[in-house]
Amino acid sequence: MLKSVLDYLEKSESEFFDKTAVTDENGSDTYGELADKARCVGTFLLKKGLQDNDVVAVLLGKERVALPAFWGVTYAGGIYSPMDCHAPVERLKLIIGTLKPAFVLTDMANREKAVELIDSDRLLILDEAWKEPEDKEKLMMVQRRRIDTDPLYIICTSGSTGVPKGVVISHRAVIDFTEEASQEMAFSDREVFANQAPFYFDASVPDLYCTIRNGASLHIIPEGWFSFPIRVLEYIKEYNINAIFWVPSALILTANLRALQEVDVTCLKKIMFCGEIMPVKQYNMWKKYVPNAKYVNYYGPSETTYASTYYVIDREFREDETLPIGRAAVNTGVLILNEENRTCGTGEVGELCIRGSGVALGYYNNPERTKESFVQNPLSPFYRDIMYRTGDLVKLNARGEIEYVGRKDFQIKHKGYRIELGEIEAAAGSCRNINRVCCVYSNGKIILYYEGNASKENIQKCLEMKLPEYMMPQVFTALKQMPLNANGKIDRVYLANHSQEI
Amino acid sequence: MDILQKILDELFEGQDYENCENFMEAGLLDSMDMMDLVAEIEGAFAIEISGRDILPENFVNLEAIEALIQKYIEEK
Repeated sequence: MLKSVLDYLEKSESEFFDKTAVTDENGSDTYGELADKARCVGTFLLKKGLQDNDVVAVLLGKERVALPAFWGVTYAGGIYSPMDCHAPVERLKLIIGTLKPAFVLTDMANREKAVELIDSDRLLILDEAWKEPEDKEKLMMVQRRRIDTDPLYIICTSGSTGVPKGVVISHRAVIDFTEEASQEMAFSDREVFANQAPFYFDASVPDLYCTIRNGASLHIIPEGWFSFPIRVLEYIKEYNINAIFWVPSALILTANLRALQEVDVTCLKKIMFCGEIMPVKQYNMWKKYVPNAKYVNYYGPSETTYASTYYVIDREFREDETLPIGRAAVNTGVLILNEENRTCGTGEVGELCIRGSGVALGYYNNPERTKESFVQNPLSPFYRDIMYRTGDLVKLNARGEIEYVGRKDFQIKHKGYRIELGEIEAAAGSCRNINRVCCVYSNGKIILYYEGNASKENIQKCLEMKLPEYMMPQVFTALKQMPLNANGKIDRVYLANHSQEI
Repeated sequence: MDILQKILDELFEGQDYENCENFMEAGLLDSMDMMDLVAEIEGAFAIEISGRDILPENFVNLEAIEALIQKYIEEK
């Protein structure tokens, strides 16, 4: 029976000892090397006094050294929290203030930044940990005390109030996701993954755990490479990468910068995405150049461990349609509740609420926000049955698939009509010469921000064919670039608050 | 190449890109910028840049981008 993700590492270590587990620009580690390094880090942390379920903030680049750091914290019974080494010190300080970690673990390259975050006696340098002889006995004693509902990691997500929230995820949750994804996608030791998302994003969780669970290999693509996607595709071709879990932005970029025409990446057999809406336009471009891959649209916030629902794309889509987010994953309960907390019927829009093994343990050191979002299932009043309110509005289509409609907070009433700004965005996004769109409601006006060369007249003409008159934006503003929040998503709050100036 | 300067002025908002040897190393140009920059250049100069040319060496600094545009204009 699985109780810890360490079971994955140790199984793969024994089966694939000499096989390459992880590769980055500077080299690679075999399963044997990775497990050894992880145990060195684990022993080192125990010697420094780490206690069960202490938090270790890990400040490292997008490099393979992060893996033994994460696994080392896990061996020592701690909770790792990956930090963005490019984030401003002020934001990192906010996070440290919330997590109050026992230690910050970093390397020489990031030491200077780490010094500003924590006292020197709680600052640990990874380079020293490698010298620590591993103490398997001690590590085993820690593992005997661990249970599957103990936390594994904390991933920070931006809060609407500006203070990041630390989402606490258990071993059970990660095991649950990894088992199902591995089964659904038929992952094996033949899988070669190319990691795109930085490790401080939940979007990297499948890369880490699906690789190790299956004795597969992981290639870490440097962040800057995505500006020139042809390089990324050439890498994919050269190393015969066959599976990717990317965020839609990376897939969009690759399509829009015309890299797919130039490099044959039909070696890719499994293409999975999650984190935001994947527009049909760019999906179709991928499908055209990589026709034989299995494409899967995953849906889920960090609070429910990468994904709660998924849709294996099994039919063709037009540009003015949206890809469904499919059905609930195993051990995931999906409720679509209306404002009276009743289950919605087919076609009725409601808030998606999620129960099950993947649901986070809460926001670290933040009982108020935890209480707001992780609530008792209103349909089940007789025992503790916690569900996470996603704030995402969805509906069931006639096929029984869940379709994403928009954010609860972006539902507006305009001229007496109830409108989802997401619907306007989907329509505008399918117009010619438009890359990204964001629609906000401010001072009684619907404002459409967009990236691309399209003229106002052309968008209007296009939208007139797709939307009722009352949904037509009053203001069209072309932006060089959408403002992004700290999590790399379009900063809607900024756009709504600054509509007068932009 | 005044048009290019105008595009870059807006993209880099007050940063001294003219004396910058390497936009990527200086952290000026990220992946989302690239998508915009290519679209802007294509619109302004009525050219279509091949995916083959969207490489670091062609966007590393002002001179490199000018040379790339020049190449496309001459081919027209």
